[in-house]
Amino acid sequence: MTAPGRAVVVAVVGEIPAGGRKIVDIDGRSVGVFNLGDGFVALRNTCPHEGAPLCEGVLSGALTSPTPGVYHYERRGEILRCPWHQWEFDLRTGRSWVDPDRVRVRHYPVTSDGRHVIVHV
Amino acid sequence: MQTGGLIDCDVHNAVSADAELLPYLSARWRRHMELVGSRTFSPFTKGYAYPKAARFASRRDAWPPGGGLPGSDLEFMRVQLLDAYPVERAVLNCLFRAPEQRHDAYGAALAAAVNDWQVEHWLERDDRLRASVTVPFEFPDLAASEIDRASAHPGFVQVLLYPRTMAPLGGRRYWPIYEAACRAGLPVAVHAASTTAGPTTATGWPSYYIEDHTGLAVAFQAQVISLIFNGVFDRFPELRVVLSEGGFAWVPALAHRLDALHARLGEEVPDLRHAPSHYLRTHIRITTQPMEEPERPGDLVPLIREVGADLLMFSTDYPHWDFDDPYRAFRTRVPADLHQRIMHDNACATYRFAA
Amino acid sequence: MGTGTAGTAVVDCDVHNAVPRLSALFPFLPDSWVDYCRETGVEGFDPAFYPPGAPLSARPGSRVGDGPPGSDPDVVRAHVLDATGARWAVLNCLYAVHALHNPDWAASMAGALNEWQAVHWLAADPRFRASIVVSLRDPHAAAEEIGRRAGNGFVQVLLPASAPAPLGQRSFWPVYAAAEAAGVPVAVHPGVGGANPLSPVGWPAHHVEDYAGAALTLQSQLTSLVAEGVFAAYPGLRVVLLESGVTWLPSLMWRFDKNWKALRREVPWVDRPPSQVIREHVLLSTTPLDAPPALDRAWVDRFLTQLGTVRMLLHAGDYPHWHHGTAPAALLEQLSPAERELVLGGNATRLYGLPEEAGCRPVA
Repeated sequence: MTAPGRAVVVAVVGEIPAGGRKIVDIDGRSVGVFNLGDGFVALRNTCPHEGAPLCEGVLSGALTSPTPGVYHYERRGEILRCPWHQWEFDLRTGRSWVDPDRVRVRHYPVTSDGRHVIVHV
Repeated sequence: MQTGGLIDCDVHNAVSADAELLPYLSARWRRHMELVGSRTFSPFTKGYAYPKAARFASRRDAWPPGGGLPGSDLEFMRVQLLDAYPVERAVLNCLFRAPEQRHDAYGAALAAAVNDWQVEHWLERDDRLRASVTVPFEFPDLAASEIDRASAHPGFVQVLLYPRTMAPLGGRRYWPIYEAACRAGLPVAVHAASTTAGPTTATGWPSYYIEDHTGLAVAFQAQVISLIFNGVFDRFPELRVVLSEGGFAWVPALAHRLDALHARLGEEVPDLRHAPSHYLRTHIRITTQPMEEPERPGDLVPLIREVGADLLMFSTDYPHWDFDDPYRAFRTRVPADLHQRIMHDNACATYRFAA
Repeated sequence: MGTGTAGTAVVDCDVHNAVPRLSALFPFLPDSWVDYCRETGVEGFDPAFYPPGAPLSARPGSRVGDGPPGSDPDVVRAHVLDATGARWAVLNCLYAVHALHNPDWAASMAGALNEWQAVHWLAADPRFRASIVVSLRDPHAAAEEIGRRAGNGFVQVLLPASAPAPLGQRSFWPVYAAAEAAGVPVAVHPGVGGANPLSPVGWPAHHVEDYAGAALTLQSQLTSLVAEGVFAAYPGLRVVLLESGVTWLPSLMWRFDKNWKALRREVPWVDRPPSQVIREHVLLSTTPLDAPPALDRAWVDRFLTQLGTVRMLLHAGDYPHWHHGTAPAALLEQLSPAERELVLGGNATRLYGLPEEAGCRPVA
């Protein structure tokens, strides 16, 4: 995979366990790097809503319902909830749950050279 | 948005553990705490029937690094709130479960302990802080005594009630509280809280916290209706009532409704000297958090003007989950003079802070 | 009020027909309940929410004859239909049988009340339509009553705002299933319930407090209906909020939408902002309208924009109740002709499936 922008090494492979995260500073920008198990994602650590440190939020699952009283709970650990107002963001896309087209958090490509986790900013 | 000096009218300091109050309790009540402890209207020894959006209803980043509950550590509160924003004054509303105690004298003892604890650990440690007098408000005579006692300390700037009372707040049984508040020259604040004796709607218990939280606006309106039509503001002309966390977008519709009803049914309440909206404008003040968010953000400023430029006082509700950031809570441009009033001047007038 | 719109079939969506005396229902009540009423000295169920002497309970001129205002079909016809030129009037009988605790007695009384409406009102004038009165003590019995009555002049189900529990809760769903199946909306009207205090903070002291607080109870009920997913489960269902005050709705939608963004996981079946659900499923009658005394076009524009659509509003006189001010009429005056047509009759004609043939329309 090739990615545009500058490559910044943020961790060594193995440093962030599956389900884990690391919050790093890149040129004064706080960025959260998450290991989803099948790969890494990186998000700006600022909630587009009121500026909270988004990446410090709880990691939860995607909850939907086909009809009242029935709960479909999937993708555990892939939905990030803001530590302040609990707005949900999809870690894989950076899109918010309630307004996915207009409320999004900046999402950075992440690659690995086998030894390092690299964020492209 | 730029802001000059800020007065934050709703900040929550927390007692991390009941044991912290032991030094402020007599042997009799220390033993009571050991023996049975808290007996409220909640079905559980800990927590609520409606779990809040997050643990302890708090911002996840507000748990102090040194331990304890969000809002329990003054140093950390300075980092996240008092020094992070240009806070001139912050009004503390400690929500420790003293007022909900079913045992009247234990509730009174806990309230006094909370107030003494606030003096020692908060008011005397940072001169930006002011606090609310915790009182056992369902036992108004005991509440009045505590107001008389605690208000001797100049750091207490209001009396704290919750909106879901056993009876509407305009009723005669609560008048000793207003009498004492006026004696002490303090406003009475009504701040959102969930523990209640009865259902939180006029139609029984709802199923979800989202209904409970949305319904707070309804509880506050019911209290306003009761205070006005029972003549509380005619009997206590000095009294000011501060509403916290119930919103303010409902004010215009309610004011029109009450005035129209008064015009038709006023004979039932012949002692009322003014139209209901007069009391709303003159005696009621409202803190802003959770900020109203009209679908069209531009509707906020006309709404505020309709509510009344003198009525609103900014609040963050730190450290709770629905915290409003002073720089970002308004999603629209608020004219500078109006902004200054909301962020600062209205609170100075209400609490008689030097401007 | 004159309608002022030639060619519009005006529908008055909130007219209160009253039971003249309890014994008027006896011909429609099983003997066992007739004797029960007589032997125990039951005096009737006139709703305490409208004290007979209070000015709001009866407009001047509506107290005619021996019975309570609204109890004589000829008088109601003269005041509501003939005097205004309204094409249809929807009767909402507030005789408070729903507040009885005994589920079987309440269901029998509701059945008798509906039969009495059919015989004494629907048969008295083809312009009358009626709401099906039910008791929520036994939702299955209520559902059966809806199935029996819907059509035949009954165009709606009437529920009390002061219900035993929040109306969205699942125990009440048989009522919504039956209403959706019958193609009739469910109306919620303020009134006494008997199960809970009349305010969310306990019992008020004054009638004026009770009445002021009615708007709050409707807000709690609307919140419940959306949060519980009633409209997700019954997408064809429409709910009508009667005598609600109306103008509080934008403030409720804002607070509800804001909370939904944070708390929607609690109610994942609410998969759109609550305001959107409300706009698609809820209508409101315009009397009373909690609005400023001098209501201008700018105010109306802002209100309608915040409400979302004029299709949510239903014209109503609220006969015989006597409200203060002229806000509902002033609202109509400020509307465009097309908007006015919708509020005066178009929205209701569609909602209730009323015949639209112009030839039957009496001349205003």
